[in-house]
Amino acid sequence: MRDYLEFEKPLREIEEKIEKLATAGGGKSGSQDEIRKLRMKLAQLEHELYSSLTPWQRTQLARHPQRPSTLDYIGEIFRDFLEFHGDRSFGDDRAIVGGFARFNDRSVMVIGHQKGKTLKERMQRNFGMPNPEGYRKALRLMKMAEKFNRPIITFIDTPGAYPGIGAEERGQAEAIARNLLVMSRLTVPIISVVIGEGGSGGALALGVSDRVLMLEHGVYSVISPEGCAAILWDDPAKVPDAASALKMTAQDLLDLKIVDEVVPEPLGGAHREPRAVTERVAKVLTNQLFQLTELPIDQLLAQRDQKYRRIGAVSGLDPSSN
Amino acid sequence: MAWFKKQKGAEPEAPKRSKVAEGMWLKCNHCREIVYRKEVERNNKVCPKCDYHFPISVMERITLLVDFGTFKEWDADLGPLDPLGFHDTKSYKDRVKAQQEKTGRKDAIMIGEGQMNGRRVALCVFDFGFMGGSMGSVVGEKICRAIDRALEARLPVVLVTASGGARMQEGILSLMQMAKTSAAVAKLGEAKLPFICLLADPTFGGVTASVAMLGDVIIAEPKALIGFAGPRVIEQTIKQQLPDQFQRAEFLLEHGMIDMIVERKQLKETLSTLVAHF
Ligand SMILES: [Zn+2]
Repeated sequence: MRDYLEFEKPLREIEEKIEKLATAGGGKSGSQDEIRKLRMKLAQLEHELYSSLTPWQRTQLARHPQRPSTLDYIGEIFRDFLEFHGDRSFGDDRAIVGGFARFNDRSVMVIGHQKGKTLKERMQRNFGMPNPEGYRKALRLMKMAEKFNRPIITFIDTPGAYPGIGAEERGQAEAIARNLLVMSRLTVPIISVVIGEGGSGGALALGVSDRVLMLEHGVYSVISPEGCAAILWDDPAKVPDAASALKMTAQDLLDLKIVDEVVPEPLGGAHREPRAVTERVAKVLTNQLFQLTELPIDQLLAQRDQKYRRIGAVSGLDPSSN
Repeated sequence: MAWFKKQKGAEPEAPKRSKVAEGMWLKCNHCREIVYRKEVERNNKVCPKCDYHFPISVMERITLLVDFGTFKEWDADLGPLDPLGFHDTKSYKDRVKAQQEKTGRKDAIMIGEGQMNGRRVALCVFDFGFMGGSMGSVVGEKICRAIDRALEARLPVVLVTASGGARMQEGILSLMQMAKTSAAVAKLGEAKLPFICLLADPTFGGVTASVAMLGDVIIAEPKALIGFAGPRVIEQTIKQQLPDQFQRAEFLLEHGMIDMIVERKQLKETLSTLVAHF
């Protein structure tokens, strides 16, 4: 049984009707006809619904519990994955996974947020919301990748860094900031893929990269639509408006030049045909990685530096001078 | 990033303060005691009862830290655009305009160079009075420009923060300013130039999770609230009351997150002594 999102309810109604007719009617030609009609209606409705998704609907798809996760990508398109644990200082954070793996026969460091699928796993992984030790584990692995000259691939999928007492005590802000600083100068290629939810600083802490790819229904934002609606509108009913205003969809981010390439998803979202999606991501990663590994390292660093230096919309003096 | 939900009481130049605050008396943000306004002002805006350091304006901060007549502002003309066409209950353009009229400045940071007891430094001072000191494109660009100039002239950089975090109205571009400014700090470090952060009340969200926590040396003012997530967000998440001095400067010092807490009246002396060590 599929999980239906709130806005998918009209689809569920038709699918249930079809199911009822199929079990009750058996092989009667009358019910067969009816089923055929309903199937056509369903296909049309699906097409209409998914080709005009609002940013808030996309956000819900991006958070879909059955959406392919970091470990799904690692399982499907990498080989010989060895997961490494711990930040060597406080603990192991299961909201972030990482380790060496083979991608197209090449050894790479792969790191990503992991939300979990069942409720039990979600709780163990803190719903993909890392604590400082998660970011520090990621940092340790990225430095190891640099030491042994391995490219880094990160998968981004988090509601955000965890807002808790322990997280503050152990320096959540410092852990994120340190990753941003170090990633900006790592001497190996870095590619990030926003596979689901890119929640603010907690996402960016794995996302300072030479190339940022994004799934078609992924979202990436400075604040969640819920948080934004609460602060700016003081009204939880305005969440969909906030989602639109924040310009957080893949197409928005491509237009704003924050994302380099968008990977299309099947109708209804990545969880409908996970294999097709992981394969597409593998193809794009192969191309991008090839381009990056061709570059001499000083050129790679200069490009990364320029890329971030240019981000922003400023009036006044010629912003490109200096 | 949701750190502060309309914490109007903390805004230094907020027009709507309690009646107490408008007259001769002032209510302390920390101990909640009613104190004599003149006494607070004579005392560098420090509460005489609890030593809480009230927010001060950018110009007051510069006067406090920089030798008289030595400050030269850089890039005062840089102003924000509206890259998202952002509109909530008001348009971002209108909000910016109102803030610019209120403060007489284009955005939430002032950068420049000056001398501290005769030592040249590049200085960046957040203006909490301008949209809660939020970091958007202009703040990010100006921090980078200050660092660029410091790299050219080989100056130490002193950053004074007071900010609610990233500016929501510039969306992902604000988030990316965290990466942009952190990358600039990395280059400053490679050139072996010191980066010194002075955290004032309050410093939160995307500013703490980027430049503010990257200082070679991090100093905070007494009782300043400093954190990643705002206290209300944490309370709502964990459904518990927060411990008493949670996220105060003293709490951060105890947990090893900052180097020292320095009283306002000692700041210039401490900073100039510190800069001389590099
Ligand atoms: Zn007081």
